[in-house]
Amino acid sequence: MATMATIVLFFGNEIGRAGLLALLLAPLLATPSYADEVMVAVAANFAAPMQKIAVEFERATGHKAMLAFGSSGKLFAQIVNGAPFEVLLAADEAIPAQLERDGHALGGSRFTYATGRLALWSAQPNTVDSHGDVLRKNAFGHLALANPKTAPYGAAAIEVMKKLGVLGSLQAKLVQGENVAQTYQFAATGNADLAFVALSQIWQEGRISSGSAWIVPATLHQAVRQDAVLLEAGRDKAAAGALLAYLKGDTARAIIKSYGYAL
Amino acid sequence: MDSADLAAVWLTLRLATVVTVVLLIVGTRIAWWLAHTRSPLKGVVGALVALPLVLPPTVLGFYLLVAMGPNGPLGHFTQAIGLGLLPFTFPGLVVASVFYSLPFVVQPIQNAFEAIGERPLEVAATLRASPRDAFWSVAVPLARPGFISGAILGFAHTVGEFGIVLMIGGNIPGSTRLISVQIYDHVEALEYGQAHALAGGMVLFSFVVLLALYTFNPGPRKAVGT
Repeated sequence: MATMATIVLFFGNEIGRAGLLALLLAPLLATPSYADEVMVAVAANFAAPMQKIAVEFERATGHKAMLAFGSSGKLFAQIVNGAPFEVLLAADEAIPAQLERDGHALGGSRFTYATGRLALWSAQPNTVDSHGDVLRKNAFGHLALANPKTAPYGAAAIEVMKKLGVLGSLQAKLVQGENVAQTYQFAATGNADLAFVALSQIWQEGRISSGSAWIVPATLHQAVRQDAVLLEAGRDKAAAGALLAYLKGDTARAIIKSYGYAL
Repeated sequence: MDSADLAAVWLTLRLATVVTVVLLIVGTRIAWWLAHTRSPLKGVVGALVALPLVLPPTVLGFYLLVAMGPNGPLGHFTQAIGLGLLPFTFPGLVVASVFYSLPFVVQPIQNAFEAIGERPLEVAATLRASPRDAFWSVAVPLARPGFISGAILGFAHTVGEFGIVLMIGGNIPGSTRLISVQIYDHVEALEYGQAHALAGGMVLFSFVVLLALYTFNPGPRKAVGT
């Protein structure tokens, strides 16, 4: 019922008299909602581990976590404009902090749920060496990275290339993905020979799952701290608080670690 | 608007112009064939042309990325003829946009050709006009509103392209960073002021184009008096 009311209000405000139409359509639009459901907005790079965590969370607590994936910037715009998310798992620290400052998130609820590691990856075996020398040799076509302006893994990639002193010579070869998922896709399809991706994308059961990769030392870039925050819509929801607590627990942390994140 | 915004605007206009010219040439041939053929393949070709109307751009973009990549058929072809790979290049965007905007150009022109019917062409033939002559001096002038609609819609639709460019463009300034991508970046970076300037401009541009189309172009059927 709560979902229904939200939808009607939302449409009512947005397009005036169409609110009546929304009222009529609401039974069709509304998803069945339970008291113990939590709506979670999740940064794209954390999609896979979060799906696993949601299953365990439901098993352990009986609460159901509904997940929506997107880039942090897009999720920010949606939350500010009334999206019904109750918890945000962002890809950086800045956006949860901004939401807190603007009064869309609850003060003091913010914490780092995972620290991302950056990897230089190629879909081809034996292409990337274990020291990243492939960047200095510069004998490749395109190098993909996530948009440094909007994606923290992209900004980290730029930092690494600057520190290695290769950014200038590689500038003409850089292509940008909208986020790390798309950046990975550029390299997976072979259109880019190399890509700076999140380690979580290529890490399975304690090793690189395919191709070749260099796990960039954490000393070469600022840590990609991914923060979670409780949003206004989740203020009085038991399931929302429970999920944040569960993320700090051993089961969730083990899953997070298994995807190559540091804690 | 800063220089990066202006570069995106200029690049978008360049892309839309090139794509429109290509589409008028390619699209006219397809429209002519569709309007006159009795081939059983008509339905298949018509459906293929219309696919971009219903497919999400991400589907087209993903398949283009795979097809134009080093392991795809288009990629093999472009490498074999010495063009290299198309993703992340301006020509790559042109090829993708031609696919994407094809129905917006073919369908109005095809409708206009069909509205003319066979009769004026048969009359031209009895007056000893060659098929080529009849095409240029009879069909094209009569189908003019269809060409205008097709050109304007093709141009405007290319300007509004986003999903495919995001998938195969690589966001390279001056070569694949179009207005729509630039707007997206501004929104993602929470630069809402700059996003508004460009996005508002897009809304205004699109409205003016469509207004001009509906005000000054009466439509193919009325124009030929059927």
